[in-house]
Amino acid sequence: MSTKITAHKEEAHYIYEAPVRLWHWVNAFAIVALCITGYLIGKPFPSVQGEASDHYIMGYVRWIHFASAYILMVGFAGRVYWAFVGNKHARQIFLPPIHKLGFWQGVVHELLWYAFIVPEPKKYEGHNPLAALIMYFVFLWGMVFMILTGLALYGEGTGMDSWQFDYFSSWIIPLFGQSQDVHTWHRLVMWILICFAITHIYAALREDIMSRQSLIGTMISGWRTFKDSRKDD
Amino acid sequence: MHETFYEVMRRQGITRRSFLKYCSLAAAALGLGPSFAPKIAHAMETKPRIPVLWLHGLECTCCSESFIRSAHPLAKDVILSMISLDYDDTIMAAAGDQAEAIIQETIEKYDGNFILAVEGNPPLNEDGMYCIINGKPFVEQLKHTAEHAKAIISWGSCASWGCVQAARPNPTRATPVHKVPGLANKPIIKVPGCPPISEVMTAVITYILTFEKLPALDSQGRPKMFYSQRIHDKCYRRPHFDAGQFVEEFDDEGARKGYCLYKVGCKGPTTYNACASTRWNGGLSFPIQAGHPCIGCSEDGFWDKGSFYERLSNVHGFGIEADADEIGGTAAAVVGGAAAIHAAASTVKRIAQKGDDA
Ligand code: HEM
Ligand code: HEM
Ligand code: SF4
Repeated sequence: MSTKITAHKEEAHYIYEAPVRLWHWVNAFAIVALCITGYLIGKPFPSVQGEASDHYIMGYVRWIHFASAYILMVGFAGRVYWAFVGNKHARQIFLPPIHKLGFWQGVVHELLWYAFIVPEPKKYEGHNPLAALIMYFVFLWGMVFMILTGLALYGEGTGMDSWQFDYFSSWIIPLFGQSQDVHTWHRLVMWILICFAITHIYAALREDIMSRQSLIGTMISGWRTFKDSRKDD
Repeated sequence: MHETFYEVMRRQGITRRSFLKYCSLAAAALGLGPSFAPKIAHAMETKPRIPVLWLHGLECTCCSESFIRSAHPLAKDVILSMISLDYDDTIMAAAGDQAEAIIQETIEKYDGNFILAVEGNPPLNEDGMYCIINGKPFVEQLKHTAEHAKAIISWGSCASWGCVQAARPNPTRATPVHKVPGLANKPIIKVPGCPPISEVMTAVITYILTFEKLPALDSQGRPKMFYSQRIHDKCYRRPHFDAGQFVEEFDDEGARKGYCLYKVGCKGPTTYNACASTRWNGGLSFPIQAGHPCIGCSEDGFWDKGSFYERLSNVHGFGIEADADEIGGTAAAVVGGAAAIHAAASTVKRIAQKGDDA
């Protein structure tokens, strides 16, 4: 439950607990590292000359990819755990209330705000409904997809009888047809996550400036402050 | 009394010495220790021969061609003597009605006890009219024999996955064996490749015939002993891959130095086969050793993934043919552009509002 305290004159709400904040930034850096190294796995650097034993470029690129992948997966597991034990905002991106009309009205209102049709957005303690919706459908399922396909590809390297192969490669690769298609989809969904990140960072910056509430500071300190004390209608 | 394998071989003029040599070879090919050679010999001396019917659907006969070029002439002689007696329309002596009679005879004599080896696949459109054997659609012959077989071997990528005749848009609806509707539910062993490696083919047959059981299969039905690793896992050019040394073009310095073929489209990292360890033509070479990227011929749908010389595959649909980076890069550019325009519009609005407020 969110703790309400009154700091200064305006209300501040404690929204994102420390584990969520820590996860957010670790995860963001892991994804950046994964996108860069992943891109380079499919389209490697220009060839180098000399003895093969003097270089390990592809080896390092792949190593960074796999190390970041494990950081991302452990972080994700921790984030899922926190959704159970954390405050109600820790559950928001896992369970958007898509069965409630009010939620969709909120989504429409937010879209109209982005389309410059309504003059101001509403105030939200947690994510706005549009953000929650996109985080659920694009980010969350994108992550699950990348983790599953990533482990399936990883299992090909560790080989039969490794847990990655037995639990992931053995059914995911036949599901896609063959390994090549798993690579292709792993790469396509990377681009979806990149599109998400562009939109997300732009929206975070814009709302930080233009909305009625704090944004980036909230993901750093955990506290949400509002720039006005008017009630939403 | 049925003849044993050994008796059949002797009748074919194979000496005892050659026979024992073959048993050691077979043990080695199957990855078994030398102590297994006498076991194989014993099995072949005592067990009745299991007949093999070898059918041909839509195919190019490259599987048979590969098979009869098995590295060791002995292996091929032995195996051929074991199976050619029954039915294989490419290499058997009988023809026409006489040949077709053999199928019926085998079914009657060995019901539920013979191996059905299938090279090629049946086209299903127009009731199977695109492949006629002895006046009837091949699919009928396949279903009929499968009904009575003990197990089925799907030779090559045609029988295993569909291969070129099933490539997009697959006008005849060529269908791999395990997807033929109404086919009797028999164990199917896939031995994909276009063609499969001859040593792999002979070893699979030897294994089944001598041990009277099927080799362990992976989740896609391929014998684990030959298809559990990718070309990339065993490729001798792998150190160049890890180092980041690639052939950028076929006539560059890297190509002469034998660098990794990844950038000219090598599918070794996504292809399960034994080429890199067994090699071809008696261990002489394999495509990568000859300087050509692996085209992934033993993988499902390898014809439909775009150029053999590109690392990234084409994605079909959306009415376009493009790879993941072309699609994703365009999407990211559109999203980024939209964000920039939106940012500009937002700034304009804010300035206008500030103007109003003042
Ligand atoms: C957001 C997360 C991720 C992104 C953006 C990402 C991106 C990529 C990209 C673009 C590739 C190259 C695909 C190709 O062209 O063949 C790749 C390959 C790969 N990824 Fe990821 N990935 C992510 C997560 C993961 C995870 C969680 C794992 C799990 C261990 C993983 C394991 C792999 C493996 C094993 C490869 C193949 C490497 C190779 O072929 O040498 N990835 N990744
Ligand atoms: C400079 C980079 C980034 C900034 C400034 C930033 C900022 C923020 C902010 C302000 C929030 C809170 C939004 C709110 O209060 O409604 C947030 C949440 C979130 N961000 Fe980021 N972000 C960045 C990068 C990323 C990246 C790269 C990803 C992943 C692709 C990401 C994924 C998320 C997710 C999933 C949440 C929801 C957290 C939760 O509810 O658990 N962020 N981000
Ligand atoms: S040549 Fe092909 S199989 Fe060999 S290391 Fe390079 S990419 Fe892998």
